[in-house]
Amino acid sequence: MQSLILTTTTRLLVALLLVFSVYALLRGHNLPGGGFIGGLIGATAFILYTIAASVDEAQRALRVDPANMAMLGVGVAGLAGLSAGLAGQPFFTGQWFFLFASEGNEGIPISSVLFFDIGVYMAVFGGILTLVFALEQEI
Amino acid sequence: MELLLAVTIGILVATSVYMMLDRNVLRFLFGLVLLSNAVNLVIFAAGRLTVGAPPLIADGAYAPDGPIANALPQALVLTAIVIGFGLLAFALALVYRTYMSLGTVNSDEMRIAEPEEAKK
Amino acid sequence: MAEDYTKVPRFMGGPAGWISIVFPAVLFVYFMGLLPEVAEVPILRGMDWVPSLGIRLSVLLDGLSMTFALLITGIGTAVTLYSSRYLGDHPHYPRFVCYLLAFMVGMLGLVLSDNLLSIFVFWEVTTISSYLLIGFNADKAVSRRSALQALLVTGAGGLTLLAGIIVLGNVAGTYEVSGIVAQGDLIRNHPMYLAILLMFLAGAFTKSAQVPFHFWLPNAMAAPTPVSAYLHSATMVKAGIFLMARMNPVLGDTPVWFWVLTIFGGVTAVFASVMAIRQTDIKQVLAYTTLMALGTLTMLIGAGTHYAISAAMLFLVVHSLYKAALFLMIGIVDHSTGTRDANTLSGLGRAMPLTAIAAALAALSMAGIPPLVGFVGKEYMYKAGLGLEGGAMYWVIAMTFAASALMFVAGGIVAWKPFTGKMGQTPHKAHEGPWQMLAGPLVLGALSLTFGLLPDLLGEYIVGPAARAVYGPHEDLHLHLWGGFNAALYLSLATFAAGWLLYLCHQKLRGFLARFEASNPVDFDAGWDRLLDGFKAFAAWQTALIQNGSLQRYMAVIFATFIVLVGGTYLFKGAFDGAIGLSAAEVHPVQWTVLALIIVGAILVTWTHSRMTAVAGMGVVGIGVSLIFITFSAPDVAITQLLVEVLVVVLVSLVMLRLPYLPRRSTKTFRAGHAVIAGGVGAVITFLMLSVLGSDFDPRLTEFFEKSSYPDAHGRNIVNVILVDFRALDTFGEITVVTMAAIAAYALLRGIKKSTPDEKET
Repeated sequence: MQSLILTTTTRLLVALLLVFSVYALLRGHNLPGGGFIGGLIGATAFILYTIAASVDEAQRALRVDPANMAMLGVGVAGLAGLSAGLAGQPFFTGQWFFLFASEGNEGIPISSVLFFDIGVYMAVFGGILTLVFALEQEI
Repeated sequence: MELLLAVTIGILVATSVYMMLDRNVLRFLFGLVLLSNAVNLVIFAAGRLTVGAPPLIADGAYAPDGPIANALPQALVLTAIVIGFGLLAFALALVYRTYMSLGTVNSDEMRIAEPEEAKK
Repeated sequence: MAEDYTKVPRFMGGPAGWISIVFPAVLFVYFMGLLPEVAEVPILRGMDWVPSLGIRLSVLLDGLSMTFALLITGIGTAVTLYSSRYLGDHPHYPRFVCYLLAFMVGMLGLVLSDNLLSIFVFWEVTTISSYLLIGFNADKAVSRRSALQALLVTGAGGLTLLAGIIVLGNVAGTYEVSGIVAQGDLIRNHPMYLAILLMFLAGAFTKSAQVPFHFWLPNAMAAPTPVSAYLHSATMVKAGIFLMARMNPVLGDTPVWFWVLTIFGGVTAVFASVMAIRQTDIKQVLAYTTLMALGTLTMLIGAGTHYAISAAMLFLVVHSLYKAALFLMIGIVDHSTGTRDANTLSGLGRAMPLTAIAAALAALSMAGIPPLVGFVGKEYMYKAGLGLEGGAMYWVIAMTFAASALMFVAGGIVAWKPFTGKMGQTPHKAHEGPWQMLAGPLVLGALSLTFGLLPDLLGEYIVGPAARAVYGPHEDLHLHLWGGFNAALYLSLATFAAGWLLYLCHQKLRGFLARFEASNPVDFDAGWDRLLDGFKAFAAWQTALIQNGSLQRYMAVIFATFIVLVGGTYLFKGAFDGAIGLSAAEVHPVQWTVLALIIVGAILVTWTHSRMTAVAGMGVVGIGVSLIFITFSAPDVAITQLLVEVLVVVLVSLVMLRLPYLPRRSTKTFRAGHAVIAGGVGAVITFLMLSVLGSDFDPRLTEFFEKSSYPDAHGRNIVNVILVDFRALDTFGEITVVTMAAIAAYALLRGIKKSTPDEKET
C-alpha cells in the first residue's frame, strides 16, 4: 500500500501527532488528557506511519524496541511510586515540589505523579506498538 | 434517557452473548469486544449520567463549582477500555497462532489438551 | 538399592552429614541439661505468632515432652550417624538429610508446642516430611504408592484433628494446652465432648496406625532403613500416642475414652503380633511389632490409671530403644548379606559379632526377658492390667499376654534365628558393619541393659515426670527389676512358656497364617486401592459431565447460571420498585440517534457473514459508545474510547483477513436456544441497570474525590488525579497487564511464519 500523497502527509502528521501526544500527557493533570490518552495518540501516530511506509521503517524511526519502552515505562511508574518511601510515606503517595515558587506564584510543579503518568504513557505506547509491530511483521 | 440507555445496553449484551455462544472463536472474540463495550457503559451509567459538566475544576477554584459528572466511574472505565484492548489484542494473537498451528477456528475442534473421549 | 557401604564414602557424609549429626546431638545434650529441672517443674515459655488467630508459639517442656524430645534427638543422632554411612554415597544424600532434619524439627515442634494450632502445624510438617522420606526412592513405584498412602491416610486424619482442635478451642476459649488442661471437667461435660473426642482420635489413630488405619505403616517400610528406624521408634507413629497422652487430662477418664482406646488398642496389638509372625521379611516383622507396641500404648493410655499411664510411658521408652536398635541392625544385616529373608538368614553371629550383640540386647528387651528393661516394662503392664476392675482387667491382661507372647516369638525370628546355627546361603558373604552403623544399635542395646539393671534411674527422671504430666500429680512409681513373687511375675513366666512353644512351631504357624490370609476377604491394603480407584473413577465421571471440552457448552452454562442467579434474586427480592419513575421523556433527538447507532451496529455484527461488515459494525458500536461518553460529560473516556476503537479496527483487520470467517454451523434449534439465553442475559442486565439507576445514589466517594483533588493532589482533572494519584496502584497494575499482554502476544506471534510454512485452508 504505497501512496505518495499518504507517505508525504504522514511524515508531517506523525510529527504533529507525537507533539500533540506529549502535550496531552503534560496537560492531563488539569485538563482532559494524561498518560493513557497521550500514549494512545503516540501509538496511533506510529501505526499510521507503519501503514503508510512499512513496519521496518516505523521501527527504524522509533529507534528503540517498543517492548523495552513498555517495560521501562512500568519501571518508571514503579519507581515514581517507590519515591514516596524516601519521605517515609506509603507506596504511591504523590510527592510534590514547586520550582521557582514565590508569593502568589505557584512555580513549576514537579511531582512523582508526573513521572508516574510518563510511565503510563511509555507503557501504553510501547505495549501497543509491540503488539502492532508483531502482528504486522509476523502475519 | 436512563430507561433507553438501559434497554440499549441490554440489547448490546444480548448480541454479544449470542456471539459468544458461537463455536467460531472469531465470532466469540467479536462478542467479547461488544461485551466489554456494554460493561463499560454499565459501569459508567451506574455512576449516574450528567450532561454538560465534565469533572474538571475551574482555574483558581479549589473545588468544583456546582454539580459535576461523577469522576470515579470515568477513571474506572478509562482503564477498563485500555485493559480490554490488551485482552483483545492478546486473544487475537492467540486465535491467530491457534489457527496457524491447528488449522481451525472452531473451538470444538481444538482438542489437544482435552481429547474427545471415546464415544460410549 | 545402589548404596553399597563397602565403598569408602566421604567422612561422615560430607558437610550435610556433619550438620545432620551435630544438630540433634547438640539438642540432645541441651535437653539432657534441662532434665533435672524439668523433672521437678515443667517449663512454659511463649510468644505470639499470629495473634489475630490466637496462635502462639509457646513451648511447654514437661515430663512428657522431655521424654519425647530426648528420644527424638537421641535416636535422631544415632540415625543420622548411621545414615551418613548408609546413604552417604547416595547422589541425593543432602536432600535426604534435609527431609530428615525437617522431619526432626516438625516432630520436636509437635511435642514441645503448648498451642494446639501450632501442634497441628507441626503435625502436618511431620506428615509432609514423612511423605518425602518414605518416597525417597522415588524411582520405585512401590515407594511412591506407600508414600502417597501414608500422606493421604495421616493427612486426612490431620485435617479431622484440625476440626477437632478448632471445636475444642471454641469450647475452652483458648488454644493453649496449659489453659485447656485446667478446664478438663468443663470439656468432658460439654455436649460437644463426643465430637471433639472422635475427631482427635481420628487424628491420633491414623497417625499411630491403629486398626483399621494400620495398613499404611507396614507399607511405609519402602523407606530407607534408617528412616524406618526413626519413624517407627521415636517419631512419626508416636505422634498419635503423644497426642492421646497430651489430651488425657482433658479428654480422658470417661467411659467412651476408656473403651474406645482399650478395645482399639488391644485389637491392634494382638492383630499386629499375629501378622508379625506371618511375615518372612524381617523388616516387615519389625513393622508389625511396631503396630503391636502402638496398640499396647493406646490400650494403656485408655486404661488411664496412674499405674497404666506409668507403664505406658515406661513402655514408650523401652520400645523406642529396642525398636530403633533392631531396625538399624536389620539395615546392617541387609547390606552385609543382601537379604532380609528370615528363612535364609542364619549363623551370622560369627561373621558379625557386634551386630549380633546389639541384636541380642534389643531382642531380649523386646521379648521381655530379664535383666533387660523390656522385662520391667512388661511387668508393669501386667501390674497395670491387674489394677483394673471387672471385664476391663481381663481384657487388658489377655491382650497384653497375647501380644507379649507373640513378641517373644518375633524377637526369636529377628534376632535368634539369623545369628545362630549353621551359616546360611546369602547373596553376599556376611561381614561386620562399619562403626558409624554399629554405634547406634550398640549404644541403644547397652541402654536397654543399663535401664534394666537400674530402672529407678529411668523412673525418677523420665517415666515419673512423664506420668505426672499425663496423669496429674501423683506419687511416682518406684521401678525395680525384681518385684518379688507376685501375679505379674507369674504372668511373665507364663508368657515365656507360651512364647517358647509358639516359637518352636512358628514355621508351621506361618504357613497356617498364610493360608488364612489368602482366603481372608478383608484386605485393607487392597481396599485402599479400590477406594482410590473409586475416587479416580468418580473424578473422571464428573469431569466428563461438566467439563466436556466444548467452549459452547461452558459459555451456555455460565450465562444460564447468571440468568438464574441474578434474575432469580431480582424476582424474589422485588428490586424494581425504584425503576418505575424512569421514563423516555426529554430525550434529545441526537441521543436517540446515538442509541440507534449502537443497536444497529450490534445487530450488524451478529447478523452478517462478512468479515468487513462485522468489523465495521464493531466500529459503529465503539463510536456510538464514545458519543455517549462525550454526551454525558466524560471527555477523557470518550477520547480513549475513540482511539482504542481505531486501534481495534486496525488490529482486527490485520489479523482477521487471514482467518476464515465461517457462517454459523449450528442447527436452528441450537441457534434458537442461544437466542433465548442471549435475550435472557440482556433482559437481566437491563433490569439490573433500571433498578440501579432507580435507587438512591451514595455520593460519599465522589464527593471525597471532588473535594480533595486540588488541595491534596494539585490536579484539576479529577479523572486523571484518580488515575495517577488516588488509585495509582490500580493503574500501575493495569499498565503492567497491558505490557505483559503485549509481550505475551509478541512471543506467541514470533517465528510463526517459519514454523508453519503452509497455511491450511478450511
